[in-house]
Amino acid sequence: MRLALFITCVNDAMAPDTGKATAAVLRRLGYDLEFPTTQTCCGQPLLNSGYPRPTMPLVERFVQTFADYDVVVSPSASCVSMVRETYPRLAADAGGTLAADIAALAPRVLELSELLLDVLKVEDVGAYFPHTVTYHPACHGLRSLHLGDRYERLLRSVDGLTLLDLPRDEECCGFGGTFAVKNADVSSAMVGSKVESVLSSGAQVLSTSDNSCLLNIAGALVRRDPTVRTMHAAEILATTRADGEAWRRRLPARAQVPVGAVRPGGAG
Amino acid sequence: MSRATGPVRWPDAEPFPQAAAVQLAKAEQRATLERVTHQIRTKRAAVVAERDDWEELRRAGERIKDRTLRHLDHYLEQAERALTRAGAVVHWAADADQANHIVHRLVRETGQTEVVKVKSMATAEIGLNEYLQARGITPVETDLAELVVQLAGDRPSHIVVPAIHHNRHEIRDLLAQRMPGTPSDLGDDPGELAAQARRHLREAFLRARVAVSGANFVVAETGTLAVVESEGNGRMCLTLPERLITVVGIEKVVPTFADLEVFLQLLPRSSTGERMNPATSLWTGVTPGDGPQQVHVVFLDNGRTDALADPVGRQALRCIRCSACLNVCPVYERTGGHAYGSVYPGPIGAILTPQLRGMADPVDRSLPFASSLCGACFEVCPVRIDIPRVLTHLRAAAVDHERRHLQNVVERTAFRAATAGLSNRALYEVGLRVGLPLAHAVAGRDGLSDLPSVGNRWTRSRDVPPPPPQSFRAWWADQPGTDADAGGQGTQAS
Repeated sequence: MRLALFITCVNDAMAPDTGKATAAVLRRLGYDLEFPTTQTCCGQPLLNSGYPRPTMPLVERFVQTFADYDVVVSPSASCVSMVRETYPRLAADAGGTLAADIAALAPRVLELSELLLDVLKVEDVGAYFPHTVTYHPACHGLRSLHLGDRYERLLRSVDGLTLLDLPRDEECCGFGGTFAVKNADVSSAMVGSKVESVLSSGAQVLSTSDNSCLLNIAGALVRRDPTVRTMHAAEILATTRADGEAWRRRLPARAQVPVGAVRPGGAG
Repeated sequence: MSRATGPVRWPDAEPFPQAAAVQLAKAEQRATLERVTHQIRTKRAAVVAERDDWEELRRAGERIKDRTLRHLDHYLEQAERALTRAGAVVHWAADADQANHIVHRLVRETGQTEVVKVKSMATAEIGLNEYLQARGITPVETDLAELVVQLAGDRPSHIVVPAIHHNRHEIRDLLAQRMPGTPSDLGDDPGELAAQARRHLREAFLRARVAVSGANFVVAETGTLAVVESEGNGRMCLTLPERLITVVGIEKVVPTFADLEVFLQLLPRSSTGERMNPATSLWTGVTPGDGPQQVHVVFLDNGRTDALADPVGRQALRCIRCSACLNVCPVYERTGGHAYGSVYPGPIGAILTPQLRGMADPVDRSLPFASSLCGACFEVCPVRIDIPRVLTHLRAAAVDHERRHLQNVVERTAFRAATAGLSNRALYEVGLRVGLPLAHAVAGRDGLSDLPSVGNRWTRSRDVPPPPPQSFRAWWADQPGTDADAGGQGTQAS
């Protein structure tokens, strides 16, 4: 099986650790990833901002980059949703041979949890993470890819991990791409509610399947309670006993307090 | 036909972001909205979960509406013939002005100066109350919440629960101050409030010679009109007066009586979270000696044929005005309806209003952006309107409009630069190689908490996390055993 990683532009630039973690989990399970370097962005930010025409070269680039792989995996439900749910429609509108290429490729583009559970049939990836975690099911994973409880199952199988319920978990965090700046006040109100939900869960770590959502929540959470960590689910799945507490080095300096320390003013 | 000319959008409306900021500042309103939308949301989810055929019902609703819209001319003419045969008089209004003019003429002919009204989105859309008032005719809203809004001199903020932004204490004060004959010691128990409104309205019903209504459905084969409501006030308006005038959007037609079966299951569950609504009225023209003896129907276009001409946007015309999308929307939940500057708020309003009015006004252009595209609206829509898809489609129309009118040049330039950077591998990689270490140096280990200019819209509530010193691809290239140019055919895309 030729397995390609679609890292996504947000992860490439802002969250390389999620890509490293994805590769680490799969390598541990015996699968080597390839990283085709001609990949850039799926085009979703352009399309959702009202620029459908400039989106098309990115659609074509994606097809050319990944057409020869058996499976393309990505640690982003949102970008996978763009490829699987939106590309076919864009290609149909564009005409030509693109539609056939996308029809052949799109079903092979999988979100990480789909690859692990549906294709590789692995629920316990051999991770160790002795902390309390709550999971935010990001909107595209929830309503477009219908990931269901895939990440909850993967996280529950992690040694030492306690998964706590996130109140009102299905509500959007308020990111929405340019929505966060075009409608900053509404977006801020939404992320404010999400932060309160995270705090009332009592978890030490908030996890999700999309780093764009996580950047949004983390940016607000750090102001409210910097001791609550945020990690993409792939990074939790990549952590083993051997890693010890190494992952903590990646956190902002002001969050460098021991896990489980008393939170200043935090609920739960 | 023609664009909407009536106050679908309120004349003092501001673009959504500014209007939303005003509403967000109202703490009490926000608490009420959050409580009530969550209540209805939960009720809806429970009664929908009872049906194992819900998805089939949704698909049936979608298909019936789509078929009707594909052959709308046919079904409208069929409805006109059936209505005429049943003794009704059919009028056609291309826009709000024509509709208002027709209704006013029909009321004036009777010599009456008061009409009772059944809650109706179509008459709110055309601003009929204001039109009649300006000509010496008093419209009396008989739906309790609509009456509250009217007494408050306020605007509706929800399609089904128009006074959702008022709590019962405020409603008590309103009735006490503005409803004649209200005892000053009226309590704020909802039952007591409703009883007082009922006493007041009962007199209006018995006085009324003319009623104005909308209709949820028009059955083409029989000419039957349907009003779905909860309070029984509709039943009074539709039976007591001598003349009944119904204003109905042309998209409300369904082909056969049997089609109602689908919608009368979808609508109450989606709308109020009830298995069946308390009062459904059906009437077919004139029945001699029973009910109104003069029945008029005004079919309203007001921008609908323009929406119909758009292959993506036309699905908004399937809407049965249930408000499920409002109740589940995280944006609506926080801003309420007034921020949308239209009688149609929430997700459906964000796609309906700009289609009915066009993109010439900045308020209408701002509406498709009033969404995080979370998809909750599509998930609950009983006729499967893919609202996020229509929103992005209309965003493109808004950007196109601004391009043609040389507006918003800064944003378009920024997107042009982003497009160049994302479509060219060399530019993309240089951007990461130069930009990331730079950003890392600026932001340090803690990230940024106070960006200037547009960036401030992010940092007013969120930090920017510290960028990593190195991109993923730079790290990958450094790994032993990785081929920096892996990707087979991919190199062709450089």
